[in-house]
Amino acid sequence: MRSTTDTPEAVQAGQTRPGLRGRSPARWALLAVGLVVALALPWVIYPPVAMDIAAWALFAVALDLLLGYAGLLSFGHAAFWGSSAYVTGLVAIELGLPFPVAALLGAVAAMALALPIGLLSVRRSGIYFAMVTLAFAQMLFFVVNQWRDVTGGENGLQGVPRNFFGIEAVETEPFYFYYAALPLILAGMWFAWRVVHSPFGRVLVATRDNPARARALGYNVERYRVTVFVLSAGLAGLAGGLFALSHGFVSLQEVSWQTSGKVVLITVLGGIGTLWGAIIGAGLIVTLEDQLASSGFDGIGIITGSVFVIVVLLFRSGVWGTVTNLVARRRGQKVPSEDIGAADSEQGL
Amino acid sequence: MNAADHDAAPAQEHATGRTVALSARGLSKDFRGFRAVRNVDLDVVEGEVHALVGPNGAGKTTLFNLLTGYLKPTEGTITVHGKDITGREPEQIAHEGVARSFQITSLFDNLTPREHVELGLQGMAGGGLRFWRSDKRLLQYRERADELIAEVGLSALADRPAGELAYGQKRALEMALVISLDPKVLLLDEPTAGMGREDVNRTIELVRQIAVGRTVVFVDHNMHVVGSLAHHVTVLMAGEVLAQGTYDTVRTDSRVISAYLGEESRA
Repeated sequence: MRSTTDTPEAVQAGQTRPGLRGRSPARWALLAVGLVVALALPWVIYPPVAMDIAAWALFAVALDLLLGYAGLLSFGHAAFWGSSAYVTGLVAIELGLPFPVAALLGAVAAMALALPIGLLSVRRSGIYFAMVTLAFAQMLFFVVNQWRDVTGGENGLQGVPRNFFGIEAVETEPFYFYYAALPLILAGMWFAWRVVHSPFGRVLVATRDNPARARALGYNVERYRVTVFVLSAGLAGLAGGLFALSHGFVSLQEVSWQTSGKVVLITVLGGIGTLWGAIIGAGLIVTLEDQLASSGFDGIGIITGSVFVIVVLLFRSGVWGTVTNLVARRRGQKVPSEDIGAADSEQGL
Repeated sequence: MNAADHDAAPAQEHATGRTVALSARGLSKDFRGFRAVRNVDLDVVEGEVHALVGPNGAGKTTLFNLLTGYLKPTEGTITVHGKDITGREPEQIAHEGVARSFQITSLFDNLTPREHVELGLQGMAGGGLRFWRSDKRLLQYRERADELIAEVGLSALADRPAGELAYGQKRALEMALVISLDPKVLLLDEPTAGMGREDVNRTIELVRQIAVGRTVVFVDHNMHVVGSLAHHVTVLMAGEVLAQGTYDTVRTDSRVISAYLGEESRA
């Protein structure tokens, strides 16, 4: 088994090969369907929930960039989603800047926070990386909780405005806010796609599959990991900022470990290493939670937890990974076997 | 072994007056009190093929890892073409023109042979951190990548994930990957490990081709391989240099014979 890379699933679910990759017509069709769904969403479901789905989808895509392509499981990504939510909220309240500017400043703050955390965390991998990131996120939770003058402590930040050049529809109605925020969400997702399909993305997959060998090829693995960590934090921050603006308040929940756990659950459920999986996972979990909450059921965790366990046990490559594997099989392509990846890096040292 | 001049500046010139490509002086490595490599002096002459042999546990792989930065020496210095690289990171040593292969086949299972070689070419050229560019940029390496893949006989499999390749094909890809770095010095850790006779002979041919104009250090247990490739042989035993010289001198060295017979009688 793999000694240095973190999740065995990353190997087989992070299939960069079969399925729809490289088949342009299918990829464009998929993209078109995705766009139509994104545009139709607030007509079909309650607009604030549609915005939740969009924000969580971008958050999960950000995590997938790290987990699926770099093989690093962050269990503290709420630090970036949450820190950006607070910064975005404060910028909107105190400076009254337009909401896209507030959210982008939040994302920049998340990246600034991610740089030192990344530098200190990427020296570890596997469970240790997960624990170090969790520890940093918990430290941030403590700071946010104690620093009441700025963050409001347990009360959070109330009354975050959605300033948008005086266009009242966007500022007050969730339906229009969704369409004003969607370009930022889509830009974030495009950026993640760009990173995955760049020379950098290729190296990233190599550092995930075999870090020791990547070094032998002259790549400074830590530098790549820190870079993707910061990029991932930026996207998580953009998502967190938009989430805060959509709700009009920021609570401690946004920097809590439950939030870190939820985004991991969404990403793994959807299927890691595919980006699409993260989006689908967010759609499923947010919708499910909303349905359960509105039906007055108060054991949401039991249901989402059970769904997660079932998917992980039965469909190890997640919802989307399973779908693409089925499509590939029907086309007669070879699907990566369950236990590819025998030879590993730091062996033989 | 010349224990006297450990602290002296590394020799640029070999005793024969030829340039030294890779040199170690007084190299030692301790693992929690166990000395795996003991006071090793090594001079690899430029353009030569140099074999490291010795029974299991003699410290060959540890020495390889020291020379390529995967382990830091407890004592001693390493120089490449006179430049001190002691304590450098593996990726920095790769950029100094020292490339290595691994004993246990060590590839990127989800990438194809072509993608492997493109990565190697890009690794030396730089530009891997450009996350904002399209991976179509890697197409600039395609022609050279395809040449190298053809050289090791993998053209038909250029687009298969490496995880699906057979063992011998993976070893061939290892070789293409090492050459893709266009190194001055190649370190091959058991290039024929686990191969049948036919593959062994093909690998010998391949190493011979690669070695033209380059310096090669390799570890191998197969004396046929050592005899047909090496200009120079260093025999390691319990972490120390037991004997050095040409294949024929080393082969007839009484200490070497007893070391090997001892090993075989235990086996």
